[in-house]
Amino acid sequence: MKKKQLTRRSFIQQSTLTAFGTAIGMPIVFGHYLPQNLLPVILEKDSPIEGKHPDLTLLNDRPLNAQTPPHLLNDSITPADKFFIRNNGLPPENIDPEKWTLTIDGESAKSNRTFSLAALKSQFNEYSYQLVLECGGNGRSEFSPPAKGNQWTTGAVGCAVWTGVRLADVLRATGIKDNAVYIGYYGKDTHLSGDKNKRPISRGCPIAKALEPETLIAWSMNGADIPLHNGYPLRLVVGGWPASCSGKWLERISIRDRIHDGPKMGGQSYRIPCDPVAPGTKVADEDMCIIESMPVKSLITFPRTGAILNARELKIKGHAWAGDVSVRKMECSIDFGQSWQPAQLSPPANRLAWQDFSATVRFPKPGYYEVWARATDENGKTQPMILPGWNPKGYLNNACHRIAVRVK
Amino acid sequence: MKYKASILIATLIAITLLACETKPQTAASTTEETSVDALVMPEVNEATGLVMDETFPLIIANCTSCHSAKLITQNRATREGWSSMIDWMQATQGLWQFDDHEPQILDYLAKYYGPVETGRRENLRVEEWYEL
Repeated sequence: MKKKQLTRRSFIQQSTLTAFGTAIGMPIVFGHYLPQNLLPVILEKDSPIEGKHPDLTLLNDRPLNAQTPPHLLNDSITPADKFFIRNNGLPPENIDPEKWTLTIDGESAKSNRTFSLAALKSQFNEYSYQLVLECGGNGRSEFSPPAKGNQWTTGAVGCAVWTGVRLADVLRATGIKDNAVYIGYYGKDTHLSGDKNKRPISRGCPIAKALEPETLIAWSMNGADIPLHNGYPLRLVVGGWPASCSGKWLERISIRDRIHDGPKMGGQSYRIPCDPVAPGTKVADEDMCIIESMPVKSLITFPRTGAILNARELKIKGHAWAGDVSVRKMECSIDFGQSWQPAQLSPPANRLAWQDFSATVRFPKPGYYEVWARATDENGKTQPMILPGWNPKGYLNNACHRIAVRVK
Repeated sequence: MKYKASILIATLIAITLLACETKPQTAASTTEETSVDALVMPEVNEATGLVMDETFPLIIANCTSCHSAKLITQNRATREGWSSMIDWMQATQGLWQFDDHEPQILDYLAKYYGPVETGRRENLRVEEWYEL
């Protein structure tokens, strides 16, 4: 018998409307209209998330969403406790990895097959890659007019080492018909409304991306079990694309003969206007196109913004990444973009990993400075200094990162 | 009956809170006083971070069952924008209809969580300066 933990839900079940009323300082009027088992979210205190660094910023606790401040992303390989959380629903409870299975099916699968975790581990070769996962909405908070959703600033990104089997190997073992177009994943997370017939999210990627050697069905992050909120015990990792493509708590993958049509594939979700629009424009669903590769981007991870310097010299560090391609050039500026100096840029550990950079900047005299960093990808695309193209849902903000510095 | 009693309780509480939390209004405020008033931050409920006014209990009951109040407090939208979010939740996410309360809920959301124009890039805001 496992030690009974006081989970949020059990706390809610043990409590009464009156108790909640006391907690929020007034009775819950209309409380009797609430469906059973649904009680107001009031446990809003920023308590640390189990297994996560206490300085992660909590954006939302139902569903759980937490981002990593830039200075906590300084490691070349993002540690599990500093890896951001973007949940769309509630993670499964009482997970037993011994009983966990993954089913491959779909219109374009030649057979239906179900694998236990042990079967996946024994029947296929194991691969490890360092892969960037970034939420499509990272940077959303800067868009004006504002876009709805979690107001990520810069911290919905991480680059860990993922270990598992190639999705391609598992799909090929099942058999892929010639008419395959897309894969769609299904996870064991549950919908916020408590409705068992609703799924919080079920996305995927085109078959060509699914068959890339770095696309993994992973059971390990940095050599250990994946943290619960990052998808334990099994998840997809589709590096360089919106992290919503990388389904967590993975239980089924369908090989589709059409673009996958699960929740958050259609409408305006993870889509941007097919043609650019002016800020604030209403765009019809049919004029929105699915985001694929993420754009070129970088982050200064040392020092933390707000540094007061006694010296005139400062060594900055950070990472740069560019979706499906690599970063070719990294530059920084201390004069608000009037002049740029090159930074040292390391090659990626493997395709789709981020690249470390460093630079030593010299400040000519005392005063307030901002250090800006911008990356250029191998196709010659550079990060903008102001916000990139406005889009209704606030995706793909890759404006250059800035930190503030005072020189004494 | 129970429903009416609830409204009565809510109203009484709201009146009590308003009486406790707000300064007595003078009959004729000058422009200067008005602008000072506008700068006073509204009372915020500690447990949820939501602004407390007479609509607050309605927001708790209707908007925090499925998701965190943080999804409200971190977002900014016009009345129309909030309305479309509610429509989406009602159409696809299993949210119930608000009926007569919808205008009041929308007024609250648009008043306290309306958009602020920030242009194409804001100044950096440093929460804490520190010696490196």
